[in-house]
Amino acid sequence: MGVETQKEISVHIAEGYLPPLHAAAWTIAAAPFVVHGVRQISREVRRDPRSKLLLAASGAFTFVLSAIKLPSVTGSCSHPTGTGLGAVLFRPPAMALLGSIVLLFQALLLAHGGITTLGANTFSMAIVGPWVGYGAFVLSRRLRAPFAVQVFLAMTLSDWATYVTTSFQLALAHPDVNGGFAASLVRFLGIFAVTQVPLAIAEGLLGVLMFRVLGKIAPDELRSLGLGAALPAEPTAPTGLAVPGGPAGGTVDLAGGPDGSAAVTRTAEAGEVE
Amino acid sequence: MKRRVSTNLVLVLAIIALVAVPLVVYGSSASFKGSDDQGSSTVHAVDPHYKVWFHPLFEPSSSEVESGLFALQAGGGGVILGFVLGRLSARRRKDTTPTSTPGATP
Repeated sequence: MGVETQKEISVHIAEGYLPPLHAAAWTIAAAPFVVHGVRQISREVRRDPRSKLLLAASGAFTFVLSAIKLPSVTGSCSHPTGTGLGAVLFRPPAMALLGSIVLLFQALLLAHGGITTLGANTFSMAIVGPWVGYGAFVLSRRLRAPFAVQVFLAMTLSDWATYVTTSFQLALAHPDVNGGFAASLVRFLGIFAVTQVPLAIAEGLLGVLMFRVLGKIAPDELRSLGLGAALPAEPTAPTGLAVPGGPAGGTVDLAGGPDGSAAVTRTAEAGEVE
Repeated sequence: MKRRVSTNLVLVLAIIALVAVPLVVYGSSASFKGSDDQGSSTVHAVDPHYKVWFHPLFEPSSSEVESGLFALQAGGGGVILGFVLGRLSARRRKDTTPTSTPGATP
């Protein structure tokens, strides 16, 4: 009967577990976001070719975390999503594309998720997750929370929102024979959402750690993305809180960092771009 | 620098604790069945007449192969991450080295 009794879905809904109508509907819903993501990433790479590295990191982060199953306090195990990192760095549209690539890979090679459910899974993990995470990030920034808290909330909530959305999708497609959609929703939430809480928290902490590392080794790139707030406190730094603006990105200040040479050598680096 | 390192260490330990505690608390008594598995079985419980209408085109032939592929995915992603972090770090070091400042007189 195949590998296991049930196909172990790595990311949410297994192949064939959404009826054709739902599968098609979610695919149609997800498609424009992915297209937008392609456009946004190309724009970003054109704006600053150096951001290719961080883009790769965002994708790789999701790639790795989606593959790791971790035990949870409820006695089952699940896996984090990692989409919060890319959502904060490049804003959610980029994650629509990166996330869908990860999902496609897993559907094809690992029989996790599925082709029919790719749309639905993209919608939950690569669209809703990142948007909720990014929303939490922006909101907590407006509330003047420390940057670490902003990141933590972004990572944790994007993880959790992904699974809540999955529960919603499943309940919509499989209403309980007695209790209908609501009963189904409660049931699915019970499996996913609770299990996910400690993992989402762990992911939040991991995101904080990642940004600490990135703040140390990629301050210019972060500033270029409008995330100067991520950097260790500098007495002279002006608005590290520039809102990542429109398509052109939040290119802000090249104010002298901890060492003045950082800004000066940027133009000299142009030829080095890979 | 010391405070940075120790804070990072605390973060790492906290992450490990969150993951390790369930293992320790439950020991071998919990099956730690994947929550996605539970998702599939719940679909059947809630919607008994549902027929799975499409199956994966490729399925790993055994759970070992599957674990191997997962490991490959995690490893591959790890390589990319490591490469990126190394590259960024080298770039940073290059940026902050005094000799790279144009027009610097010796």
